[in-house]
Amino acid sequence: MPADGRTAPAVWQTAGFGIYVHWPFCAAKCPYCDFNSHVAAQIDHGAWADAYETDLDRWAALTPGRLVHSVFFGGGTPSLMEPATVARILERIAQHWHFANDAEITLEANPTSAERDRFSGFRAAGVNRISLGVQALNDGDLQRLGRLHNVAEALAAVDMARAEFDRVSFDLIYARQDQTEAQWRAELSTALSVGMDHLSLYQLTIEPNTPFHARHQRGGLHGLPTEDRAVRLYELTQDLCANAGLPAYEVSNHARPGSESRHNLIYWRGGEWLGVGPGAHGRIEQTVGRIATAALRSPDAWLRAIAAGHSGLEEKSTSNRREQAEEYLMMSLRLSEGSDLGRLCDLGYELQQDRLAELIADGLLERQDSQLRTTARGRLLLNAVLSELLSD
Amino acid sequence: MTELSRIRNFSIVAHIDHGKSTLADRLIQLTNTVAARDMQEQMLDSMDIERERGITIKANTVRIEYPAKDGHTYILNLIDTPGHVDFAYEVSRSMRAVEGSLLVVDASQGVEAQTLANVYQAIDADHEIVPVLNKIDLPAAEPDRVREQIEDVIGIDASDAVEISAKTGLGIPEVLEAIVTRLPAPTGDRDAPLKAMLVDSYYDAYLGVVVLIRVIDGVIRKGDRIKMLGTGGTYPVDRLGVFRPKMADIAELGPGEIGFLTASIKQVRDTRVGDTITHERKGADTPLPGFKPSQPVVFCGLFPVDSNDFEDLRDAIEKLALNDASFSHEMETSAALGFGFRCGFLGLLHLEVIRDRLEREYGIELITTAPSVVYHVFLRDGTMQELHNPADMPDLTIVDHIEEPRIKATILVPDEYLGDVLKLCQDRRGIQLDLTYAGSRAMVVYDLPLNEVVFDFYDRLKSVTKGYASFDYQMEGYREDSLVKMQVLVNEEPVDALSMMVHRDRAEQRGRAMCEKLKELIPRHMFKIPIQAAIGGRVIARETLSAMRKDVTAKCYGGDATRKKKLLEKQKAGKKKMRQFGKVEIPQQAFISALKMDG
Repeated sequence: MPADGRTAPAVWQTAGFGIYVHWPFCAAKCPYCDFNSHVAAQIDHGAWADAYETDLDRWAALTPGRLVHSVFFGGGTPSLMEPATVARILERIAQHWHFANDAEITLEANPTSAERDRFSGFRAAGVNRISLGVQALNDGDLQRLGRLHNVAEALAAVDMARAEFDRVSFDLIYARQDQTEAQWRAELSTALSVGMDHLSLYQLTIEPNTPFHARHQRGGLHGLPTEDRAVRLYELTQDLCANAGLPAYEVSNHARPGSESRHNLIYWRGGEWLGVGPGAHGRIEQTVGRIATAALRSPDAWLRAIAAGHSGLEEKSTSNRREQAEEYLMMSLRLSEGSDLGRLCDLGYELQQDRLAELIADGLLERQDSQLRTTARGRLLLNAVLSELLSD
Repeated sequence: MTELSRIRNFSIVAHIDHGKSTLADRLIQLTNTVAARDMQEQMLDSMDIERERGITIKANTVRIEYPAKDGHTYILNLIDTPGHVDFAYEVSRSMRAVEGSLLVVDASQGVEAQTLANVYQAIDADHEIVPVLNKIDLPAAEPDRVREQIEDVIGIDASDAVEISAKTGLGIPEVLEAIVTRLPAPTGDRDAPLKAMLVDSYYDAYLGVVVLIRVIDGVIRKGDRIKMLGTGGTYPVDRLGVFRPKMADIAELGPGEIGFLTASIKQVRDTRVGDTITHERKGADTPLPGFKPSQPVVFCGLFPVDSNDFEDLRDAIEKLALNDASFSHEMETSAALGFGFRCGFLGLLHLEVIRDRLEREYGIELITTAPSVVYHVFLRDGTMQELHNPADMPDLTIVDHIEEPRIKATILVPDEYLGDVLKLCQDRRGIQLDLTYAGSRAMVVYDLPLNEVVFDFYDRLKSVTKGYASFDYQMEGYREDSLVKMQVLVNEEPVDALSMMVHRDRAEQRGRAMCEKLKELIPRHMFKIPIQAAIGGRVIARETLSAMRKDVTAKCYGGDATRKKKLLEKQKAGKKKMRQFGKVEIPQQAFISALKMDG
């Protein structure tokens, strides 16, 4: 405790407190997706709403007094939730905690017509930000990505969302099969011309345990970019977005200054968040230390566990200060603002100065006052930089 | 003692998988040498590595008592010999200890490469040979074709080859009968001074060194004081016995008999395969012909992956050395790899076997450096240095010339592969000495530098001939050639463990191949890495490993932190398998793989 008697600010005060709610169902699985999503014939919406409430009650007992900066409905496809379920969850959150004045309530949505029709219901429930899974502005590629919408529907959904919500973002996947720089330039320019203030732009990654991965292993999935082309596509993305006033604030996220996703910043800044719903991960600060939690992945198993009065967690572990520091570096170096070395210092973590000096000399990291950041080149090599920086 | 006429000594010659071990098992079983309940497969191969690889490293013997149809009981001694060219000398000694061989050929596969090399050893040793066609029960068996092949290729009469199935036991009694009726009895003089050949020896934790012997003349008894003519060592015989295949004591061994003795010998090192054992007093003066001390011909460095394992490695190597006189070792320090040992072996298989045993039996992970032969480096001052390690190469300014060991290689190959074999030999700086045909097989004899053979000659030969070539060699002494030390530099730093001696004319090609290979084997780093081969200060080949440009996870949110962390932990573990050279990390596997050249 500082000498003047004031308490040092808690993690949630400096880096935020958020609640992640996972809705595990999709209308159909996409071949590139490795998220915890399931296609179910029938969903008992009432039972799910009950379970989320019960889970929130339990979390509330562990994290009293926080100010909620953000709630994020992710999935799966949370736009397939009943607006009433969303409403019940937000009401229950309001019963347990106070919302910050500018709290961000995001919901991920697919731009199909069925989901568009629920937008007003979600807004009425309290959602104020929509993140649309547009993924491509090219009908052929939307087909190949296994998406259920076309470009016209996507753009219509963007318009409707912007009419309904204060803040809208959408995702695009690039570095796709056979995608040229010219094609991507055209597509991204279209996206930027819509006048968005936030875009998430991901390079296609072939993740294990996905149909794409299996195809790739069999020698299929031709025309994926070489490393050089992937780099050129990435650099093109940075340039186009920066020129449009949406510089990258994270590896794959671009925003007009002030329009960054507050929720995701909580992750990258090492804040505190609850993971509610199957497969959701959380980080909470307890007197014993920082706890990492992971809920059961199977929707049925989670639902049954919660209904039976259990925690529904499959993992709950206390991170030591070194692990916390490493995780903080791993996450915060993704941000343009970089890592706060003061935070590392508070955790008693010392970077290996020789390694650090070398990475700075090699033009991969840079340091300004107490912030450590990647350079443009270093950010593209972040995994390798981290492995160097954190190796024993 | 047993009358000479009631003894038959034999070995079994067979290609791997043609059923040598199974036949041996059946012979043991049918004669009730081992109680049924003690029977296990491959009775004679005692080491795990032997069983797994299906190779025999040490000679084994078993004594079988067989009541023949003529009403007499015969003593049959089987010596199971190593079959690999690395142990050619050991094989030739074992062959000299018996009078006949069973030539086992798979009746569906026919004669194969390895069979030839060994059967010629048997012919060299004047063996009577009984052909045995195995796996006769298989639908694919073609005994007539194989019989003809044996006659064509090997040149022995196969008309009365015994047809068997070692698996089902069919024909085994006929084999036993053929051993008695068709193989000659040994000869020897019971009253002459003792002469026994040291066939092999091994270390037993309880008994000390156990020596396998074949008595030629005279009689040996428990309590006798014996002398080894080659080493000059003298010992009292503590125990004398035969293998059935378990050890069984016996009062004496006379001419023609095969058995074992123990004599308070501390180390296998004190026994030399092929040495002559006689009595200390009134012993024989002249040794049996053909004895030569075994000389390591291939050297390489063995380093522990984890430098903390060095002391364990030292213990393990010393223990193995006790049981293997042909294996030499001395401490070595490498800038790249730390502390380790420079070890000498009879050949590449011997090297692999020792390395496997160190890794498996002693649990030490090893880095093996480039195998090298022993060069004779003549200095300007007229002296000669033996060079076991390219890293120790003296400064060129004081070197007058360098000589390298040469071998005479004999290769038997079906003629459809002849061209490939000649090309391989020419590529390896070979000089053709002879080319003749035996049936549809060509026999080529080449003078080759050993250093061109130790890398992967045998593997290449097998691959270009689909396994149909047989290869054997003998050392032919040293000859001067234009040899240079080639260094490999990774990111401008020399990697001593990758230095090698090469012929000047081959240096560029080797250097290029090495750089290309390393480019594949070294993972990309965040900076570009020049890989160079150099002679002295002159770079002869160069590759550049481009810098990694992109390695970043596209999506990383709240749920991904844990997964990402696990990935990082895995990377950290992976790094432990790397060796640091300046800023560059080289995987251990690269040291081994880089030295395997393709052509």
